[in-house]
Amino acid sequence: MNLVEQILAGDVRATARLLRDIDDQLPSAREALKQLYPHTGKAYIIGFTGSPGVGKSTLVDQLALEYRKQGLTVGILAIDPTSPFTGGAILGDRIRMQRHFTDSGVFIRSLATRGHFGGLTKSTNDMITVLDAMGKDVILVETVGVGQDEVDVANCAHTTVLVTIPGMGDEIQAIKAGIMEIGNIFVVNKADREGSRKTIRELKNLIELGLRRRDDEGWEPPIIETEALKGRGIPELMDAIEKHRRFLTENDRGQWDAVVAKRAKMQLLDTLREEALRELLRRMEARGENLDELVRKVTAKETDPYTVVQDLLQCELR
Amino acid sequence: MSEERKLRILIAKPGLDGHDRGARVIARAFRDAGFEVIYTGCHQTPEQIVNTAIQEDVDLIGLSILSGAHRYSFPRVMELLKENNAEDIAVIGGGIFPLEDIPKLKAIGIKEIFEPGAKLEDIVNWVRTHIKPRKAMVA
Repeated sequence: MNLVEQILAGDVRATARLLRDIDDQLPSAREALKQLYPHTGKAYIIGFTGSPGVGKSTLVDQLALEYRKQGLTVGILAIDPTSPFTGGAILGDRIRMQRHFTDSGVFIRSLATRGHFGGLTKSTNDMITVLDAMGKDVILVETVGVGQDEVDVANCAHTTVLVTIPGMGDEIQAIKAGIMEIGNIFVVNKADREGSRKTIRELKNLIELGLRRRDDEGWEPPIIETEALKGRGIPELMDAIEKHRRFLTENDRGQWDAVVAKRAKMQLLDTLREEALRELLRRMEARGENLDELVRKVTAKETDPYTVVQDLLQCELR
Repeated sequence: MSEERKLRILIAKPGLDGHDRGARVIARAFRDAGFEVIYTGCHQTPEQIVNTAIQEDVDLIGLSILSGAHRYSFPRVMELLKENNAEDIAVIGGGIFPLEDIPKLKAIGIKEIFEPGAKLEDIVNWVRTHIKPRKAMVA
């Protein structure tokens, strides 16, 4: 069996290795992705986002358990930050997911951001392609603990769950644009803590004010209280995700098609951006132009970034 | 844009001792060396360790142990790697080992043992010298 056949047959080792090659942006991985892409589109993708420490990993752990009880297989992509200084990372999301390590129906991969902004990694969408093709029914994507504007997950997942905890910021935080707008479902985790009611009230106000996603017209984002560690609220969260899935797939306004198209568009644009940049840099170096030298010239104000890029494009894309 | 391979390392604590300071210190040292470290916490079974190493496609497993259970857990990890056709993943150990055990552990394929007093710098250098990220897969 070749690599692609092994992955389609669900081979864990082969899958894990291809994911590595994708993460390292090896050109050879693209060939495998081309062959796997036609086999995708079956998995349901759920994104979890929110600040560091709100309990995303624990929620993902609990949901994975519930999906396994339903007989579904689960892929998990859990993202942690890369050190901007050393390029290294400590990936610790697995600590909360230990009980799944010996379940062959769960595949967990820890990813480092490697300098990418937006809450995901450059490789996340391609990795979803692989897990989908290998036959995982549900794919849970846990973003790096995000701030206010890391919203890539909303274009990547079919359902986005925004996780918060009591006492995180006041109402002004809530009416800013960005992260609070992307949830299809809101979770107030650690709901046993003081201030839970207030947080829920503020979220309700926010939703009623209409500051919310524009692409799921007709969907009322529910607010679910959970205590992920104890499993409280997990059935309700499962139920809300299923309702959202049905809302998207069973309405006749074409919203499911729009979500799928949005994913495809993002993948297309991301790939174009990556490949075009790589190719242009390659050609530039082939002509003997040196990136460091250009940087020096820009720094010394001998030229500017706009002129450099304009010249480069005129030269290469005639 | 870099196509440089990142070294990925699993730091795992098999057995029942809950003292993971050493594991955390080494995880941090590896992070600072620019490696990607997967840390899974205490009380890991050999089965959990090997499954994690395979799913995460690591180049190296670092087993941290203080309880004396290495006589069971280290050979078991090696056995499971073999069963899963993953013997190419290197394994090293760190912690407290009776002197007479060290040759035995090396004989079953543990690449190196680091005892108390080993310098972080030396461990990082050992990894840089001996562990290389694997080659690309061919579709």
